[in-house]
Formats: sequence, C-alpha cells, structure tokens
Amino acid sequence: MISFIAGRFAQSIVVMLTVGLIAFAMFRFVGDPINNMVGQDTTAEQREQLRERLGLNDPFYVQYARFALNAVQGEFGQSYFHRRPVSELLVERMPATLELSLIGAVLALVVGVPAGVYTALNRNGILSNLIMSGSLLGVSIPTFLIGIILILVFGVVWRVLPTFGRGDVVDLGWWTTGFLTASGLKSLILPSVTLALFQLTLIMRLVRAEMLEVLRTDFIKFAKARGILTRSIHFSHALKNSLVPVITITGLQLGSIIAFAIITETVFQWPGMGLLFIQAVLEVDIPVMAAYLVVIGFVFVFINFIVDILYFVVDPRLRADRAGSGH
Amino acid sequence: MLNRKKLLAAVAVAAIAFATPAMAKTFKWAFQGSLSTLDPHGLNETFLLGTLGNVYEGLVDYDADLQLIPALAESWEIVEPTKWVFKLRKGVKFHDGQDFTADDVIFSWKRSGTEGSDQKVRYALIADIKKIDDHTIEVTTPAPNPLMAQDLVFLKIMDKEWSEEHGSVEATNVKGGDEGNYANMHTNGTGPFMITENTQDVRTVFKRYDGYWKDIKSNVTEAIMTPIAQDATRVAALLSGELDLVFPVPVQDWKRLEEAEGVEPLTGPEARTIFLGMDQFRDELLYSDIKGKNPFKDKRVRAAFAHAIDLETIKKRVMRGASTPTGLMVAPQINGFNEALNEPYKYDPEMSKKLLAEAGYADGFTVTMDCPNDRYVNDERICQAVASMLAKVGVKVEVFAQTKSKYFGKVLQQNGYDTSFYLLGWTPGSIDSHNVLSNIMSCQNVDAKVGLFNLGNYCNAKVDELTKQVEKETDQAKRQAYIDEAFKIHKDEYGHLPLHQQPLSWGIREGVDLAQRGDNVLDFRNVVLP
Repeated sequence: MISFIAGRFAQSIVVMLTVGLIAFAMFRFVGDPINNMVGQDTTAEQREQLRERLGLNDPFYVQYARFALNAVQGEFGQSYFHRRPVSELLVERMPATLELSLIGAVLALVVGVPAGVYTALNRNGILSNLIMSGSLLGVSIPTFLIGIILILVFGVVWRVLPTFGRGDVVDLGWWTTGFLTASGLKSLILPSVTLALFQLTLIMRLVRAEMLEVLRTDFIKFAKARGILTRSIHFSHALKNSLVPVITITGLQLGSIIAFAIITETVFQWPGMGLLFIQAVLEVDIPVMAAYLVVIGFVFVFINFIVDILYFVVDPRLRADRAGSGH
Repeated sequence: MLNRKKLLAAVAVAAIAFATPAMAKTFKWAFQGSLSTLDPHGLNETFLLGTLGNVYEGLVDYDADLQLIPALAESWEIVEPTKWVFKLRKGVKFHDGQDFTADDVIFSWKRSGTEGSDQKVRYALIADIKKIDDHTIEVTTPAPNPLMAQDLVFLKIMDKEWSEEHGSVEATNVKGGDEGNYANMHTNGTGPFMITENTQDVRTVFKRYDGYWKDIKSNVTEAIMTPIAQDATRVAALLSGELDLVFPVPVQDWKRLEEAEGVEPLTGPEARTIFLGMDQFRDELLYSDIKGKNPFKDKRVRAAFAHAIDLETIKKRVMRGASTPTGLMVAPQINGFNEALNEPYKYDPEMSKKLLAEAGYADGFTVTMDCPNDRYVNDERICQAVASMLAKVGVKVEVFAQTKSKYFGKVLQQNGYDTSFYLLGWTPGSIDSHNVLSNIMSCQNVDAKVGLFNLGNYCNAKVDELTKQVEKETDQAKRQAYIDEAFKIHKDEYGHLPLHQQPLSWGIREGVDLAQRGDNVLDFRNVVLP
C-alpha cells in the first residue's frame, strides 16, 4: 500500500515538473513582456535596464530553476502587469473560480443524472427525444456562444439578470463569497448555466448509456423474473450500478470545469483565475501564466492521485498485481 | 470659542439650506482593461495617467479640447531660456487634509526619477527645482525647452508627508518588494475624486472629494469603473442598461447602438495618427524578393506606394466612414498641425505604375508587411486593404499580422528594427509636433535618444536640424515655420505614409453629458448625469 502510494506520488512529482517546464518553455515564445510593461515613450536604455533587473537576460535553465524552486515554496514572483505577488493574486481570484465551478458541477449533476435516467427509461418518449436533441446543441455550440446568447436574452432583451461580474460580494477575510447577497446570487446564474451546460449533457449522455447497458444485463432480467418492483429495479439496481463510472468521470471532470472556466469567465467578466490568466496572456505576464498553469496542473494531478488511491481502496484486484504496477 | 462654534453651526445650516439637495449620483462605466497600478509614476500610459488625472493633478492640465490650462500652478513664466518660475496655487489640500506646497512638487519630481519609475523621461526634462517660498518654485531645464510645461500634465504631484509616512518615497517598481509599494494600492491626490476601492478586473470606485479647489460642472458623487475585456460583453452591458458609458466600442457595433433605445455611439477623431513606414536604411530588405538592393531607398518607389493607396476606400470599407484621412503625421488636435499641409497623397494607381517602371520595378516585387492585429482600430484589415491596393500596381505584399506584444517585440529597437514595411500608430504624449519630429522623423540615434521609433530610419539632416530648432525656439511663429518646413520635406520625400486618424469610439446612455477627449481620456470633471 505504502509503496503504491509512494510510486504514484513520485509520478505526480515528475508530471508536475514537466508541466512546469512546458509551461515555462512555452512562454519564451509569446512575445516581449517589456513592451507591455512600459509606455511608448520609454527609451531603449530604460527597457534594457528593466530587462536586466527582471532576469530576462539570464539563460533559459537559470530562469527555469529559479522559477521551480520558488514555485515549490508557493512563491511565483511578482506579476509584471499587476505589480503584486502572483500568489496573492491567485488567492484573491480563487474563490470566484471555485464558487462558479462548484455551482456549475452541482447544476450539471442535479440536472444531468435525472435527465439521463429519464431518457434511458423512456427511450421513445417525445420529451426524451427533445432532451436528446437539445443535448446535441449543448455539446456542439461553443461555450462562448452560449454565454453571449444567454447575455442577449436575459440581459439585453429581458433585462432580468446581470450580464457581467460577480455582483456584491461579502469578504470573510480569507474568502470572498457571492452566496450571501441577492446580486451575488443573481450574477451566478448565467455564468454557471453556461459553464454547466457542456458537463451536463456529457453526464446525461453517460448516465443514459450506462443505464441502457445495465438494463440489458442478466441480473436485471433475473430481478425482473423474481418479481421485484420495476421502480426498485430501475433505481436501486440499475442506477446504482451505472453510477460508478459516472462518479469517476465527474471527479475527473471537476478539474476540467475549473479549467474550462477560462472561457466562461472571459465572456462574463467573472473575476476568477481564468480571467486573470487570459489577461496575463494578452499582457505577456509570464509569472501569472506560469503560476496558473502550474496550479491547474496541480489540481488535475491531485484529483488523479486521489482517484488512484480510491481505486486501490475500492478495487481489490489492484492490490494483487501491485508487483507489476505502473499504469 | 463658543461664538465661533455657533457661527460654524449657522454657516453649516445655511449651507445645507442653500445647497441643492445632495443627490447621490453614481456614474458607472466600463473600459477594456483595469488600472494596472495606482502609482502615478509607475507606468507611462495614457489611459492610466488620464484616469488617475481624476485623483492626482499635475502643475498643468488639459481641458476638454486638449488645451493647456493651469492646475496646481496658477501661472508660470520663462524668465531665462532655461529657467521657469511657477506660482503654485494656494489653499489646495490633498485628500488626507495636508496642504499642497512647493515641497510636494520637488518631492514628486524627485520621486519620478527613482529606480522603479516609468516617468524618467519627464524627470529628465528638469535639471533642478529650487524652492523660493512655499508657493513659488524656480525650475531649471537642461536645455532651452519652451514646451516643458506641456509635458508636465502627466507628471502628477503626490504629497510628500503622506508618501514618507507610508514609506512610498520611490515609485512602484515593476519587480518591487512582496508587500508592494503603498502608493501602488492607495491614493492621496488633490483631484476631485478619491479612490476608495480598487480590485483588479473587478472594479475601481471613485468617491467625490468635497474639498476640491475648483468649481467643476460634474454632478457625479461616485464613479464606478468596471473593466470588461470582451467587446461583445462590454457592448451588451451598455445595452442592458447597467452602465452609463463604455469604451472602446467596436466600429461594427455603431449601428446597433444607434438602433437600440436609450443608448448612442459617441465618436470623434482620436489624436492618434496611423501610418505606414518603410525600411530605408538597409542595403537589402530583410523580407523581399529583391536581392542586393533596397527598393525603398528609391524615392520613386515610396511615392508609388503612396499614390497606390486609396485612403477614401479604407475609410469607407474598413473604417465604416469613421476615420479621417490625413496627409500629415500629426492630428489636428496636436500643436503644430497645419491644415495647409494636410492634403493626403493623391490616389493615382497609373502614376504608381509609371513610377515603379521608372525605378526599374515594372513587374513589381514582393515585400512582407508587419502589422499588429489587436492594437489599433481594425489594424489587420487596414493592412489587408493596403496589400490588395498595392497588388493592383503589381507589388505583392504579404501581410504578417500578429498580437501587439509579438508585433512590437519584432519591429522595435530592442529587436533591431526587424521589419521591411510596417503599420504603426502614434499619439504624441505632449500633444506637440516636436514629439513626432524627434521620435519618428529624426535619424535613429540611440545615444541622443532620438529617432528611436523611426523604425525604417527615414533620415534627412535638414529635418534633424529643424527638429533641434523646434525644440529650442520660443517664438511661436518661427517655431511653426520650422515645423512646417520639416513636415514639408518629410512629405515631399515620402518619409512615412500617413493614413488616417482613427475614430474614438464610445457608447453612452442617452442623457449623459460628457466630453470625449482626443487622447481617449475620460475626465470626470466634465461628466454630468441626468
């Protein structure tokens, strides 16, 4: 057990180092940050001084080593654009992204699972067909377009919901929340629906497919033969058995919800980490970009790590072939 | 004592009785980005300094028409060519209640020269400031410079005591300490508004300062700026009635704003001139199929380019009628502009073909054009239009458009002017022609810090000499004559090819009254809400 975890842990470290390296290397090619930092009248000499002071003239590996060592200590340096510590910026932005992602994920589950069950059970119903074709739209329309359409309908035409920002937030000292004010809650609706839509359709289609699969299996037939109530078969036998992969996927998707939030945050000017990242890209703010990618990389690695360990706990077969581990 | 109190009370009652009912008026507006620092010496950028101009003030200021007006200085005179005496305004108080004095001016000037400052160019305009009394200073310049006052608009004055108390005697450094400079996050100016909240990418809240020294027409008691990066979201926020003003608005959306109820586009010519430049110094172009020589060294080729570009078509097709075609490198708002010289190069493709043939390029040639795609209004589309017009006279232009940071990283001095043909825009920060002459039309000279943005190194000794004279000359008529002569030479030699002034493009709620300044700055002093 311990060697399994240690092995997984070592793998995670390697992945993180690679993510850091790729992120950092990529940024060598996004343009000269100096130009975005100074005004048009700033002379070449001043630009060169600044370049020297920021260490941009050092060799690549020196810059990376400096970055990696600092990152381990949670220190991502100073944002070129905001002129503040990056770690402080990330902590400031994280609540907005996490609240949005949480609501998005809950929404996707709460609507997606029942809709999947319904469409699986009433395969030929009119409503099922409507939901299924609607879900095709959800998968195929890009997120930013959904966001813009929602803004147009609910913000511009009906004027019932705010079109940008988080509304009023309550500062708890270590966390800012939009859950406690009316305008904060109203502001959450459009972005979280936008963010949830893709995941929702994914979960719904997954639940439906799994349900159909399980409903065909022998033990369902036997259950029917034993005269168990249909309702009971559907919900305690079929649904339970189809939920295992759903839970796995949902866990993994949580990471991508946080990452996907970039687009939603941009469309709704939602002041989270994604917006910070997009702005950093435009301003060639290397420390922020690098830190963001490392943080998102960490979220993914961490979730994967937990899922791996959960498998180990849940699935006894893994324990047997730990000698040949490495998948 | 008691009497005084009573008197005060009586005055207070009277004030309340006579004042119009103090209604809270909140002005909500959105721009595409946020304030990257609150330190007025931290970044030399027009939008930032212009917006901070509501909070901090310089010795002088611009009015709604970009005319120079006294601000913290009541008056000034040039006593010797290099010596100025400024009379400072009395009775001005900073937001924290401290008096404004000569010490604050000297302190702020010194602060603008500290290591982290991005205002060193303005710091260098002054050699020394001597305090004569609390409200009189004597300023010495390193060389005669009749325009010095013009450049002081964006050199903002901070309070010495406040800065010292909070350990902010040096300008915010880009790298800075971990806690950040106090002035990076807090403000204490003399302007009509105070910043009470500033959260990056979320909002900046400006509260009216009751002790402001000047009567202004604005009835705004609170202004909230929200940065909205996405064009579509910004326009939608205006349409939804949540905001009073947004800018910039994409030119394509003007019609939509006109048709929508309760909002309208607000447009005008910006003081920025968009122009094309050509590499005129290399013996062989970096990006062309002509080897062994540089076609742009031949004036006839440059002329052929000028006469092949139809500015009216660019205006109509690309800019939706919203640009002002121009023949000069400076806009009408800029000091030194002369309408008589502003006639654009004539559109005459036949002449272009003839000129190219004469120069030995009857079959044309190929050249790559560098172009930003997110810096100026419709920049990439202008480049494409230019390319298709030049194609008609046989020159094949390959447009290489990229994001502004990549573009500037390629073509500017730090990268050795890596371009053969490019599009650039320029607003002279001092609103004076000398800035353009010195930065764009003078021969490149890194040591003298001139011609640094003359990417193609158009170089004429006479223009250089005239530029130096323009800098020194105090007589306005003579000075204008020098400017005219330099511009005329540059124009006759097709040094650069000016295209147009791009439009300012704002969207406002109907009933909101404000001034749209040519440098794209929003001054709350002029905002009146219904």
